[in-house]
Amino acid sequence: MANLGPAHYSPYPVAFYDDLLTPPEGKALLLTEIVDEEVAMREIARVMLTSENATIFPGPQVLYAWNEEAKKKATLIKEMSEVLNAKMIPMYDYRPKYPKIDAEVEINPNHPNLTIWHNEIKACIFVGVHCHYANVALKMIRSETDCYTAAICGLSGHEDAMATIRDQHTKEMARFIEIAKEVKKELGK
Amino acid sequence: MSIKNMTKEKNWSGQKLVSTDYLLFEAPREKHFMTGSEVLKEAIKRCTVDASVSYPITPQSEAAHLIGELWAEGYVGLYFRGENEFGVMSEVQGCAMAGARTVTTTSGPGTLRAMENFPTWSGTRIPCQLILMARGINSPLTIQPDNLEVSFLLETGCMIWYAENVQELFDMSIAAFTVAEKPDVHVPIITAVDGFFVSHTREAVMLPADDIALEPYDPYAAPLPPIDSEMPPGRFLRDPFVMKSNYISYATHASWQWEVRSAVERSKPYARHYLNGLVHTTGEENAELVFVACGTAVHQAKEGQRELAKLGIKSKVVKLRTIRPFPHAELLEATKNAKYIFVPEFNVVGWLDKEVRTSLYGKSDAKIVGRPRVAGGMSMPAEAILKEVFENTNLKGA
Repeated sequence: MANLGPAHYSPYPVAFYDDLLTPPEGKALLLTEIVDEEVAMREIARVMLTSENATIFPGPQVLYAWNEEAKKKATLIKEMSEVLNAKMIPMYDYRPKYPKIDAEVEINPNHPNLTIWHNEIKACIFVGVHCHYANVALKMIRSETDCYTAAICGLSGHEDAMATIRDQHTKEMARFIEIAKEVKKELGK
Repeated sequence: MSIKNMTKEKNWSGQKLVSTDYLLFEAPREKHFMTGSEVLKEAIKRCTVDASVSYPITPQSEAAHLIGELWAEGYVGLYFRGENEFGVMSEVQGCAMAGARTVTTTSGPGTLRAMENFPTWSGTRIPCQLILMARGINSPLTIQPDNLEVSFLLETGCMIWYAENVQELFDMSIAAFTVAEKPDVHVPIITAVDGFFVSHTREAVMLPADDIALEPYDPYAAPLPPIDSEMPPGRFLRDPFVMKSNYISYATHASWQWEVRSAVERSKPYARHYLNGLVHTTGEENAELVFVACGTAVHQAKEGQRELAKLGIKSKVVKLRTIRPFPHAELLEATKNAKYIFVPEFNVVGWLDKEVRTSLYGKSDAKIVGRPRVAGGMSMPAEAILKEVFENTNLKGA
């Protein structure tokens, strides 16, 4: 059943095993529930603010200045990390890292669990990672770690994350930051 | 003609760009009388296709040749001939990885020659389309309807849709691009029809005007970056992680394969919309006798259903429009009252029978009969279907 891991020996696809798919437009997915986007945003903020070593994993789409939106998103993600008291560890490319990844300074979709284990990360946000690599990583993380995963996606979202919001562009990310500020105030963090 | 001629309103050939919903559901249509190959040409003409590669073997359908004509007429951006079917499918992959909306057509022998490419297509998440005009597998050679090759494609990670007739071929092959290109799907799609019956024979078909076409493919709304030889899948060729012998790399490969299968599952909501359901039923809704079929076997099952109705026996035909993803929930619902399920097929192995049995195992008490099976170009007369019904049930005509 789709839930917080470590869940299974093998990477766990909730679409295949549990019929959980990406949320419809305007909605979000929280574990097994389709919810309003704001509900998911509040829950992501709450989990990030109350979990040990919460970390944002920004991907290539927001790490490099491909276009104006990427630059704006990068600025917003920096603000997001400050509001959520979260570290940032980049996924700056998708190449498998051999002989060994430096888990302290980067995460890689081919062995994301190493970074999560090494840094004892209990909650994370994927943002700006191409969907395929995010999904490959999220299935492994659910399988092998107890890290709560959230995905802020500019396209259709990620059912393999425990929380996912979709169609997230600069306006929506700014809204998430405002909601996170409210949650932070409510929690007294 | 050049891609530089593309505007926000019109594609390079001057066709007005419209939504898939408008093209499929709203645009006025006129009646035509065409072969399946000709209808496919008309569909591709309206799809703003960037590239098509083919290997025109003999005997074959005319489809690839007719897509070549579209290139000459200025509707398809690029068209060339591969050295063989393996080359064609590799070149299709190259075009699609570079960001082109790409289509090709083939049938049984070519399919098997190119086989290695299909799981590679899905592993690289390219949204290309293969029109499979199924005609069986050598030897002996046949161009008649026999869909044995579909059984080889079931686990390639590609979506597989199956059209019953030329109308469905037209509509499906347009919808196929749209669904395959959804960012959360983004896997190849195989649109299958039974060769000869559909590819070579004429039927009435309703077509919208040819001055409208699909919006172009946006390769940046994709789950992978466009081709980059420094990262997977481009880097597969140089540094495949499966060759690194450690547990982490195995887990990556496992997750990658699951992700491809997940992507196929994610196509279901889109396919339900554009195909008006993953299954279609005909006949008596509560019938205890149900035929489950795809392709032209559906047409013959409907003939059988009408003949049985004349004898006072109620039956229903469940047409599966998608094979991958397999419509498990829809099939279970459509067969919930069934005491007998027959799976008529145009092949000797009964691959759809196996699919139906696997899907309903432990969920249905119906007796499943994988007959009749005909192959190699044999027809499937209604009498053959009725004979199986009377031999395998206790149903008696009035």
